[in-house]
Amino acid sequence: MRSESLWIQIVQQTQMRWQDLLQALYQHIQLVFFSMLIAIIIGIPLGILITRIKSIEGTVLGVAGILQTIPSLALLGFMIPIFGIGIKTAVAALFLYSLLPIIRNTFTGIKDVNKSTIEAARGMGMTDYQILSKIELPLSLGVIMAGIRTATVINVGTATLAAFIGAGGLGDFIFLGIARNIDALVLIGAFPAALLALCFDWLLGLLERVSTPRGLKA
Amino acid sequence: MITFNRVSKTYNDGFTAVKLLNFEIKDGEFLVLIGPSGCGKTTTMKMINRIIPHTQGTISIDGNDINKLDPVMLRRNIGYVIQQIGLLPHYTIEENIALIPKLMKWNNDKIRNRVTELLHIVGLEPEIFAKRYPRELSGGQQQRVGVVRALAANPDIILMDEPFGALDPITREQLQDELLRIQAEMRKTIVFVTHDMDEAIKLGDRIAVMKEGELLQLDTPDKLLSNPAHGFVEEFIGKKRIYQNPEFIPVTDVMRENPATTLPTRTPALAMSFMRQRKTDTLIIGDGNGKLLGIISAYDLQAEKDKIKTVEEIIKPAEIVLEQSATAKEALLEIAHAPFGIIPVVDESRRIVGVVTRGSLLSMFASQWSEEKGEINEK
Repeated sequence: MRSESLWIQIVQQTQMRWQDLLQALYQHIQLVFFSMLIAIIIGIPLGILITRIKSIEGTVLGVAGILQTIPSLALLGFMIPIFGIGIKTAVAALFLYSLLPIIRNTFTGIKDVNKSTIEAARGMGMTDYQILSKIELPLSLGVIMAGIRTATVINVGTATLAAFIGAGGLGDFIFLGIARNIDALVLIGAFPAALLALCFDWLLGLLERVSTPRGLKA
Repeated sequence: MITFNRVSKTYNDGFTAVKLLNFEIKDGEFLVLIGPSGCGKTTTMKMINRIIPHTQGTISIDGNDINKLDPVMLRRNIGYVIQQIGLLPHYTIEENIALIPKLMKWNNDKIRNRVTELLHIVGLEPEIFAKRYPRELSGGQQQRVGVVRALAANPDIILMDEPFGALDPITREQLQDELLRIQAEMRKTIVFVTHDMDEAIKLGDRIAVMKEGELLQLDTPDKLLSNPAHGFVEEFIGKKRIYQNPEFIPVTDVMRENPATTLPTRTPALAMSFMRQRKTDTLIIGDGNGKLLGIISAYDLQAEKDKIKTVEEIIKPAEIVLEQSATAKEALLEIAHAPFGIIPVVDESRRIVGVVTRGSLLSMFASQWSEEKGEINEK
């Protein structure tokens, strides 16, 4: 009885709010996309940098690790004094949150490239840049993509909290549902968010396989 | 020519990996660096292409101080082969070999021809192997690619760091033979690091023995074996090793000196008693100056003793004679064909200096086994 009425509620709420829902989904994807974009642009070079400059390796990984441990809601709160309320704050917080998997995977990916391959390349007269672009990055691309995938999936989940600071997204529905005690609303926010995470996971998994060099595949 | 002039390598922590190296590597020479682990042989090799920078002295190639050259350009003119092979796993065999020619901006046709030529040299059919990935090749095949990759841009110098150390013995032997064949054709200057003395003797024109960062002896394999300049060198080479390489043993070490020799004018009776006295069944016949004339045997003497006046009438010419500069290997090869089983050894003016017999060869080579047995018993 209860579940049937829930189902009817969901249908009703969706019919009533499908335009808002699409808008929220769009906002959600935007949050994830921009925060991930910045995280990739900053995270990969940082990951490369710490393979070259050993002295900052601990600091960078440490700071990124600490950022990861700050409760997501608190991190969003910390950002408000800097960026105010709205999408900018959410993107900034989500970006910081996504850094660690990307930096760490870039770092390990490059570190795990066979030392003898690099020694042979250097001995034959490849420059540092050629070694990075032709050997280290292609060979660690699969691992780097795995980091991006992990970060994205976490990011989709965390982005629902952005609604708390007025950045919109699917979180709006969840919080509205909780506030008004309408289960159906919670679900029509949560379900697409979960689906979105699964979609990204599948898509990036595909990209991860495609980006693994042919000579390495079993 | 590569010249080391008072070259040392001291690390920041004060450890000196190599000390005051002074030597030259000639063009087209195959130089082997050998010594126990930590002796500085690999460091010495890697200083040539500046993978490890030296801290004192100068290394120059054809008179140019390598520290004044751009390291990248320096390395592109020096082939590099390492034990772990280090092919790029995401490149096909073709792409791996073409790597440096491509960086040097050769045109595509030239690169393709070069790859095909090189694969043929090491017996890898381009049709089958060019498009494969390193993972799909056996260790031996991969290192063949490693070797030709170093040759790709046609450098004058090749550095090889224990290139065959990780291969099974049969494959190792094959690659050594191929390398010798390639070297006979191309005459590169090769600097080859190994800890395997057999490999060093087989491949090297000269061998440099190192210990604790110092160069103890740099010599040809035969000089090193016959005349080690240092107790450690002798110990490292192994005293027994020379017996495995009879080409490095002078024939004078395996011959019997003072062979039973007589003049052609002797009577059969005298010759017979001389043979009995010396317990031999052959006599070497020499003239008054000791020059070799031939050999007589006890059987001929017995059969003919009543018909002849002097032994001159039954002399058989010595068909097989060795100069005293010959080696034990030649003696071993010839002994089976020598009439009466003896080979006279003569000096430059054909004077008799000794004789190699089956017995003298056997006792020489047997002595190493008895010595070895003695050592085992001591332990």
